[in-house]
Amino acid sequence: MTERVGLQALVGSIAPGQSVAIPVDRAGVSMAATAAMIEAGLTGLHLVCVPISGLQADLLIGAGVAAVVETSAVSLGEAGGAPRFTAAVRSGSIKLRDATCPAIHAGLLAGQKGVPFMPIAGIIGSDLLQVRPDWKVIDSPVGEPGKVVVVPAITPDVALFHAPEADRFGNVRIGRYRELATMAYAARRTLVTVERITDRDLMATEDSAAGVLPALYVDAIAVAENGAWPLPLWDEYETDGAELARYATMARTEEGFHAYLSAFLSRSKEVA
Amino acid sequence: MTGQDDRARKELLITTIAGLLDGVRHVAVGASSPIPAAGAMLLRARNALAGKPPVRISILGSSRHNFFTNGGVELFDCAAQGRVDAFFLGGGQIDGAGNINLVGTGGYPRMEVRWPGSFGSAYLYHLIPRVILFREEHSPRVLVPKVDFVSAAAVTPEVKRRGGPQALLTNLALFDFDRDRGGFRLRSVHPGYTAEDVRDRTGFDYEVPEAVPATTAPDRATAELIRGRILDELAECYPEFARSMAAAA
Repeated sequence: MTERVGLQALVGSIAPGQSVAIPVDRAGVSMAATAAMIEAGLTGLHLVCVPISGLQADLLIGAGVAAVVETSAVSLGEAGGAPRFTAAVRSGSIKLRDATCPAIHAGLLAGQKGVPFMPIAGIIGSDLLQVRPDWKVIDSPVGEPGKVVVVPAITPDVALFHAPEADRFGNVRIGRYRELATMAYAARRTLVTVERITDRDLMATEDSAAGVLPALYVDAIAVAENGAWPLPLWDEYETDGAELARYATMARTEEGFHAYLSAFLSRSKEVA
Repeated sequence: MTGQDDRARKELLITTIAGLLDGVRHVAVGASSPIPAAGAMLLRARNALAGKPPVRISILGSSRHNFFTNGGVELFDCAAQGRVDAFFLGGGQIDGAGNINLVGTGGYPRMEVRWPGSFGSAYLYHLIPRVILFREEHSPRVLVPKVDFVSAAAVTPEVKRRGGPQALLTNLALFDFDRDRGGFRLRSVHPGYTAEDVRDRTGFDYEVPEAVPATTAPDRATAELIRGRILDELAECYPEFARSMAAAA
């Protein structure tokens, strides 16, 4: 059963030290839950960025919520590099698990299928194989002889994202952002924030059901209007570029970051 | 650099990229790559005008210029199936063996300078036949003898691959990459620079032909196409870039 909860209860179900899968900026990032996680004082989280992250990871790193960051990149896009990520790498305050985008998708696919690993093309010759000893190069057991990389299954404790709407049964509209479904299939629990709850049954027609993550995979939903801000939400709102640029400037220093963060948290509380 | 000089520089890069892409059916372009996107759009426009086969352009991160319905993984699957002919990669460092570094400088993990990360490079470099290395800055700190971290390797004799670098394009010059030898060869130097300038500002060794031609500047028809149709198309995805190029007119 999908539970309807408040934001605090939603993030209250995440325990310190758990792994949390989060999507790329354009795919529906729950910034509302991010603020609530920081507010709740969560620590030691292992972020799995699917397959990269931006503001969300940078805030969680800067606020001391994330201890491990598994990602193919952290970047603010047009606003530039991710300042708290960069500082944390230099100071050694986070444990890095550098990856490459399709390897994260492949690991989640293994999680989705309940198999221990997934083979993946390419990667050979990259130093990623040196820094990711959990990725192996094997002789292909079938087909043409040759080397192939295998990556272990990724089974996050939690998948967390934001979407335009869910229906009363807990079905969530994800459009063509299929990675959100992959995250949910692979994760033990899926937490979703939405702009609104719709009265129509999203599973009612073939058309609507095609872009839907069924309630079967959704554990809890909280309504958070404008919940991806300042990141975009497809068909709803664009990136708030000025806000991202403001963050990029302020977060260059530890003090500036904390000034930004306290304003961000109080704004989120007002909205929630 | 004046606005007009900067526009000429960009138009030369766009035209050169369109030339490098000649013959491709499907080219993918990264999210913040307006010059490669403009090069691909120029090729598409030229092919359409000449009645040549159409060119499909996938711009990552754009919902309008994206033919995919299967989420973020589809580009990677599409590349693995051989359905993506060309792609662009950059690099904080690029070395003489064609290896690229998107991770940082110094010792891993606590690097002196940390960049965002490898993105899809470690994979796509193996799978996309024509990878164009595009980096505007041409300096010894970018073009190094050996990268500090190999995000993606250009040549891997231990595995069969169809993908790898075709060329390296910078603000100064165009190089071809020889996959058998595993190194670059200078093809042309952009107007306003000499082969010596390129030598002085390149940190790795490369082959130099006896006579080094100048990179061909866009002819009038090409320049007009860029200033009209291409800027209009570009404005949908890269409004700031299109505005600044139009303002230089």
